[in-house]
Amino acid sequence: MSSWIGNDQKLPQGRLAAISYLIAAGTLFLLIGFWKLQIIQSDHYGQLAERNRIRSLPIIAPRGQILDREKRVIVDNYPSFSVLLLREDPKLLEEGLPLVAEGLGITIEEIQQQIEASKSIPKFQPIQIKPEASQADIAFIESHRADLPLLELLMVHRRRYPRDGFLAHAIGYVGEVSEKQIEASGDKLRPGDFVGKSGLERQYNETLMGTDGMRRIVVNSVGKEVEKLEHVEAQAGQNIQLTIDYDLQVVAEAAMAGQKGAVVALDPRTGEVLAMVSQPAPDPNSFAIRIPAQEWKQLNEDPDKPLLNRAIQAQLAPGSVFKIVMSTAMLESKVIPEDYSVYCPGYADFYGRVFKCWVFDKGGHGHVKLHDAIVHSCDIFFYNVGKRLGIDRISYYANQLGLGRRTGIDLPGEMEGLVPSEEWKKRVLRQPWYPGETISVAVGQGALITTPLQLARTIGGIALGGVFKQPHLLMDAKAVKEETFTINEHTTEVVTQAMFGVVNQEGGTAKGSRLEGIEFCGKTGTAQLISSDGLKKVGKQKQFSDNAWFVGYAPRRNPEIVVSVLVEHGLHGSSAAAPVARDIIKRYYEKKGARDKQQYTVDYKRYELSDSQELAQAALGPAPAASTPKTALPPPQRKGASAQR
Amino acid sequence: MREGTHLRDFDWALLLIVLAICSLGIVEIYSATQSAPPSSRLAGLHWKQLWWVLIGVACMLALSRIDYHRVLDQAPLLYLVGLAGLVLVLLIGETKYGSRSWIEIGGRTLQVSELVKLIIIVVLARFYSEVRTDRLSLLDMAKAGALVGLPVGLILLQPDFGTAVMFLPIAVVGAFLSGIQWKHMVAFALIAALLLPVGWYFLKPYQKERINTFLRPEENLQGAGYQTQQAKIAVGSGGFWGKGIGKGTQNQGGFIPVRWSDFILAALAEETGFIGVLVTLLLYMFLLLRLVQNAQGAKDRSGMYIVMGVAAVLGVHVFVNVGMMIGYVPVTGIPLPLMSYGGSSTLFVFMALGLVMNVRLKRFVN
Repeated sequence: MSSWIGNDQKLPQGRLAAISYLIAAGTLFLLIGFWKLQIIQSDHYGQLAERNRIRSLPIIAPRGQILDREKRVIVDNYPSFSVLLLREDPKLLEEGLPLVAEGLGITIEEIQQQIEASKSIPKFQPIQIKPEASQADIAFIESHRADLPLLELLMVHRRRYPRDGFLAHAIGYVGEVSEKQIEASGDKLRPGDFVGKSGLERQYNETLMGTDGMRRIVVNSVGKEVEKLEHVEAQAGQNIQLTIDYDLQVVAEAAMAGQKGAVVALDPRTGEVLAMVSQPAPDPNSFAIRIPAQEWKQLNEDPDKPLLNRAIQAQLAPGSVFKIVMSTAMLESKVIPEDYSVYCPGYADFYGRVFKCWVFDKGGHGHVKLHDAIVHSCDIFFYNVGKRLGIDRISYYANQLGLGRRTGIDLPGEMEGLVPSEEWKKRVLRQPWYPGETISVAVGQGALITTPLQLARTIGGIALGGVFKQPHLLMDAKAVKEETFTINEHTTEVVTQAMFGVVNQEGGTAKGSRLEGIEFCGKTGTAQLISSDGLKKVGKQKQFSDNAWFVGYAPRRNPEIVVSVLVEHGLHGSSAAAPVARDIIKRYYEKKGARDKQQYTVDYKRYELSDSQELAQAALGPAPAASTPKTALPPPQRKGASAQR
Repeated sequence: MREGTHLRDFDWALLLIVLAICSLGIVEIYSATQSAPPSSRLAGLHWKQLWWVLIGVACMLALSRIDYHRVLDQAPLLYLVGLAGLVLVLLIGETKYGSRSWIEIGGRTLQVSELVKLIIIVVLARFYSEVRTDRLSLLDMAKAGALVGLPVGLILLQPDFGTAVMFLPIAVVGAFLSGIQWKHMVAFALIAALLLPVGWYFLKPYQKERINTFLRPEENLQGAGYQTQQAKIAVGSGGFWGKGIGKGTQNQGGFIPVRWSDFILAALAEETGFIGVLVTLLLYMFLLLRLVQNAQGAKDRSGMYIVMGVAAVLGVHVFVNVGMMIGYVPVTGIPLPLMSYGGSSTLFVFMALGLVMNVRLKRFVN
């Protein structure tokens, strides 16, 4: 035995025993800790465990298609991928963010902003950080599934709109839901959802949107799917069928190309909108995903106001088109005899001021009565009519005939225009009415402003003898409102005869747009933006030149189609606006003739070879690469047609 | 059998407890790694652990047959060998988990500090039995401190803070049993409390983060807090009966960090619930109490110091590791002895238990 070992075999038994107690106490202490977690808080931790492993991914419902009146597709969808960011694991998130940013080509700050914006959403719900994943993004995500369990691809459906702004304002566009809209929707909408932001997309958003489905899967700690738990299919949105006639729209768009203005074509008997154009128009495809702030700013600040739907939002003086309202008021009020005659020397003096007729430079109209005053659009005649009727009577009839208030079309943002009256001026401007103003209003100038849609409805309604239908774009619109302001048969006859004369009579202001064999009627309008003397001072600057109007319809009595055309700075209604209406009405009758020949079948083959088809292709362009090769015009597979062949 | 050592004197109860704990460990290692692909380094880990246990039992039997007094005789030499090993590992060691504490021997890596732990138990047992007093003086305490301080300093250089801390209980328990005076104990406690802020200054940023996380877990669910949180979720969601072996979602989904090693108890707690934890912790308690019992029956003080040194190391490992699972202790790389997968730590425990057996077998020998 070594020398260092002592003989002392007395062990510190007390202290050893103390250590035993310490061991027992320590064990008890730890067991209490486990008891707390496993018994008292087990539900809480159980939920956390479930949240860890179960991932809910949305299945996005495709939006309904938008079809024309013959069920041709105008707006459809194409499949795309959106990049989802999973935020459940803060550690992974922090570590992986630089790689995510690099791989997707976005900055870390941008991602962090989006995470911040989605703070209120539960962490287990992923957020969309890149709405349109490129091929490279998809490859990046797939190849990093194992080491970067932060990203997930979500199949989404993107809107494909016609190109070059075809029907753009009426259709509107979709965009990412705003925070306000999310709040307003309750829990229905989530950040990253797409909703209609304007036009029909907004008006019928509920119908078009559908209900998203949901997929619940079990994942492991690196985000790999291990098991499927639940699969709720998405319910696609419903299609909407419009009253728009694709063929007429094509003609209208082509006729307005490069111009600034609007066209509305209506069936006044039903209120169905057959075509609606507003130019210039933006390409809604560029905001179908996410519009860069700069581009959005540009669109908003553009002096040509491309975002304005001029058909329902341009409020401008109607010019001589208003003379139809004046004529109706004159005959209906019976304040002035029907054979009232005025001598037009080219100008006249009212209340100490000289008012010119539009033919002032070439002399005057001579002796004119109502019919010729409309056909030749004599201002002097209507100055006198206006003076005799007085502003309140003009205002009353204008209002009854549909001006100065909304038509009730199924589009957001319609403007109401303005029909001035003594009462209005006192109330709004706190000034008395000057009699001279009545003279201006009598020829559609002054404070009087109307929208193209209002004029279409008003002229169509007068030609129908005082029946005004609510304009609408939805084919199976329920409860279309109808207003009647019964106009005497004689009045209707006189006024429509005069409007027939405008287009068909020698010397009529729209004689150049006559259509052989069609009772094409209408009224031109040329509205000054500043006085003719003022115009001489500023020279021929385009922004001050006259707006051209034409509201035409056919046939003369009980019209089937009325077309309102506005060409801003178009100078003359007869040359700039009337041909647009003529082209549309011509096309309408061509189609009608074809329909009548083959009563129940529509031969689309004809259209495929026609100019309008080429125009349609030009407007729509080739389908985007990611989409199924489906043109806006489906092949002729409708029942009648296939039976025919 | 040599004179005086009989098979019936062997501590069969202790071995039974140890093998029971090892079995639980192997089952849970199997459960934690069963879904790993065959090519993974985790595949068949339970088989490897079984081999380590078998090798460990063999080492234990071998060590139990060498008279511990002979081992104590060689204490100074062993100490030098240990220090040399630690220096060597600093020079040519391999870095794993951020520490240069592994050395390659015959294609396998060995954690040198585990072996050194065993040597320090022996060295301190020798030192304290040479003191031969019931009133430990400050000078002796300083000497004991220096003996432990040298290897601890070398381990801190690796750096492996967790392992280094595990050396202290050997010295503390030894001092306690050598009759440290109460006034000294109080004084040391006070000094330690005062030095804590100073020590804070020397900690590495990740260590500070871990301690911050430990003190305020809700503020930091990233980084270190994540591991504790995932372990707590596993433990808590296990409930009373557990989710069943192989059915723990935290375990099978890989949410528990190093679930086959340091966090194996979290995996076990999830799959076997409070019942499983109760059984496991009671087994550890019986193991430690049995060690104290062996110390009480030791033939002399040196034997007692060896057994209690082993008990101190095992006890602190168990309490620190178990405390980690429920957020009572900050996350440090401390395995659960006998359960966590790991060759070095398993071998260390069995060799340490071999010394304990040795002491027991000598208790009636004069």
